[in-house]
Amino acid sequence: MRTYLVQVCALLAKDLQIEFRTRDTLTAILIFALLVLVTFNFALDIRPEIADAVGPGILWIAVVFTGPVGIGRTFSEERDRGTLELLVSSPVDRSAIFLSKVASSMAIMVAAQGLLVPAFVGLFNVQLEPGAIVPVLLLGDLGLAAVTTLLSAMAAHTRAREVLLPVLIFPIIVPLLIAVVQATSLVLGSELARDRPWLGLLVAFDAIYLSLGVAVFEYVVEE
Amino acid sequence: MTFQTGPRWGMPLASIAGTASVLALAMIFFYVPPDRLQGIVQKIFYLHVPAAWIAYLAFFVVLVGSIGYLWQRNLAWDRVARASAEIGVLFTTLVLVLGSLWAKPIWNTWWTWDARLTSTLVLWFIYVGYLMLRAYTPDQERSARFGAVLGIVGFADVPIIHYSVEWWRTLHPEAVVVRAQPQLPAEMGITLAVATLTVTLVYATFMLYRVHLEHLEDENRDLEASAEPPPAPAHA
Amino acid sequence: MSGEPTPALVGASLSRRFGTRTALRSTDLRLARGDRIALLGPNGAGKTTLLRILALALSPTTGTLRVAGIDVKREAPRARRLVGFISHKTGLYDDLTARENLQFYGRLYGVEALEQSIDRTLSEVALPPTSARVPVRTLSRGMQQRAGLARAILHEPAVLLMDEPETGLDPQAQEWLVGLVNRWAAADRTVVVATHRLDWAQRFADRALVLENGSLKADLPVGASPHPLLAEAYRSAVEAAW
Repeated sequence: MRTYLVQVCALLAKDLQIEFRTRDTLTAILIFALLVLVTFNFALDIRPEIADAVGPGILWIAVVFTGPVGIGRTFSEERDRGTLELLVSSPVDRSAIFLSKVASSMAIMVAAQGLLVPAFVGLFNVQLEPGAIVPVLLLGDLGLAAVTTLLSAMAAHTRAREVLLPVLIFPIIVPLLIAVVQATSLVLGSELARDRPWLGLLVAFDAIYLSLGVAVFEYVVEE
Repeated sequence: MTFQTGPRWGMPLASIAGTASVLALAMIFFYVPPDRLQGIVQKIFYLHVPAAWIAYLAFFVVLVGSIGYLWQRNLAWDRVARASAEIGVLFTTLVLVLGSLWAKPIWNTWWTWDARLTSTLVLWFIYVGYLMLRAYTPDQERSARFGAVLGIVGFADVPIIHYSVEWWRTLHPEAVVVRAQPQLPAEMGITLAVATLTVTLVYATFMLYRVHLEHLEDENRDLEASAEPPPAPAHA
Repeated sequence: MSGEPTPALVGASLSRRFGTRTALRSTDLRLARGDRIALLGPNGAGKTTLLRILALALSPTTGTLRVAGIDVKREAPRARRLVGFISHKTGLYDDLTARENLQFYGRLYGVEALEQSIDRTLSEVALPPTSARVPVRTLSRGMQQRAGLARAILHEPAVLLMDEPETGLDPQAQEWLVGLVNRWAAADRTVVVATHRLDWAQRFADRALVLENGSLKADLPVGASPHPLLAEAYRSAVEAAW
């Protein structure tokens, strides 16, 4: 168990060290996500009176369109560099590789949202209670990171992997998207949001995909 | 000298399924009375509902084949999973198209984002993704392995999608199936049962032939592979 | 060591298929401790496949493998600690320094007294301390190769596997590599080097395995003057590949 934790921490530290040095993924995700916000503003002509209603959807589109593409790339890179092969042949449990990637992906997405969400609040002039939105963001990011890590490890071995990854991810995360958008609408005090246990649904989604990932990841990375 | 090209039970099963199809069609068109409110269009129901049942059954079979493959690493399991995914997508497409045809005259719209339709559409995307993943993964063994993982991960989503979409949109969809069933007239109930059994037989026939075809393809590959020059004896 | 020591590596009927292609046919092999082995064969003969199987980076379709008597399927983590592998790619993270890479891999392998081990390994591969402090991507090809080798030997594997390590090294560095193989084998460790160059193999190996078309074709001693059978086996293997 101790060895396992040391290994997860070493893997996570390595990912974050690389990201901290290059800031490749973070920059790409953040700029891309900001662009999505701005583009939607032009496309939908968002006036203040509809901002509360469509804002949550736009925020989460910005998150789910950019996060998986950004963090999915890291697996392709590990594969191309030959480091994935070495991780797999090292005495590391496969689930440790999975969990560390989920953690580092989540850290990068959370960091990007640290700037994205204030930008969203400013651009669309909405009121967000930080204490209420943070759990929604964290639970959403966790599920997104788990699904993306699992699927991008497979997509890394396929043809047309950049296109295939979103095609695989988006249908699977439909429940997550519905839940985070509705929960965010509730935080915004929207009258249209349906008051259901969305956070509970998110917890269930995250729990299912984290445990599935831990269970099946060895079948994904074996050669 | 005869060559056996079809699966062993192919012809008998296909004959039964064919006969049942004729019987079911006859019942739909001549036996069961048209719905009092919806008229003749409602007869789509007798194909729509069985097709939906088969879609879910097919994806459940994908799950079983996937678990079987990861457990035993026998490509026979994978053939079942892959064939069932293809047929499941076919039937899901049928459900969506028939649903649209039915919705147009009744709800006056080709499409509505009600819970049941939306769930089915999401399911369609997941399994089209499955077939794409299979097609885009060049190595056969890896394709089987990835397919098995997605077959499990995708099916795990089915109940979550169901609840999330249900909560998200609970407008009217319960209508036809759930509410109508208890008061379904006897003729309608019998016809639905016969149609469901028929479509299940058709699914079984498709499965038998599709799995057999994949089996032949694998055998052909093995033959081609073994046609390579045999290894020279080692001096060691 | 008393009595019959456990062989470093024993493989029985190892084979591997990639889809329809059979890259390795039923192969048996037995490598002793201290063996210096050249894995010879033309391109596409199955050298890399066999090497990756022995490196536990690829699982064989059939067959069993034991490293120092440990069944790799039953006790994978223990067996993996005993193997070091360097392929065509160095397996280093370009944006990290050589030292950071070694620290990372050292933690994965649970290397004890990590910093001292890293210092020792860096001097073993003759990587200057200044080169170990800059991102790997800024190093020359030869220096990256040394850093990659340091990564492969940091955990002092009982079996060291290298895939064409001479590629990209100048003659001087190749000479140094021969020295490293000899030192390593003298410490009772097994070294397996895949190469398609017989002349180079002669300089470090005492035994050669010749692969042709995915099958083990010959297992012969290598000397200063190659065994006539070896030269013959190698030539016909290369010709067969044409």
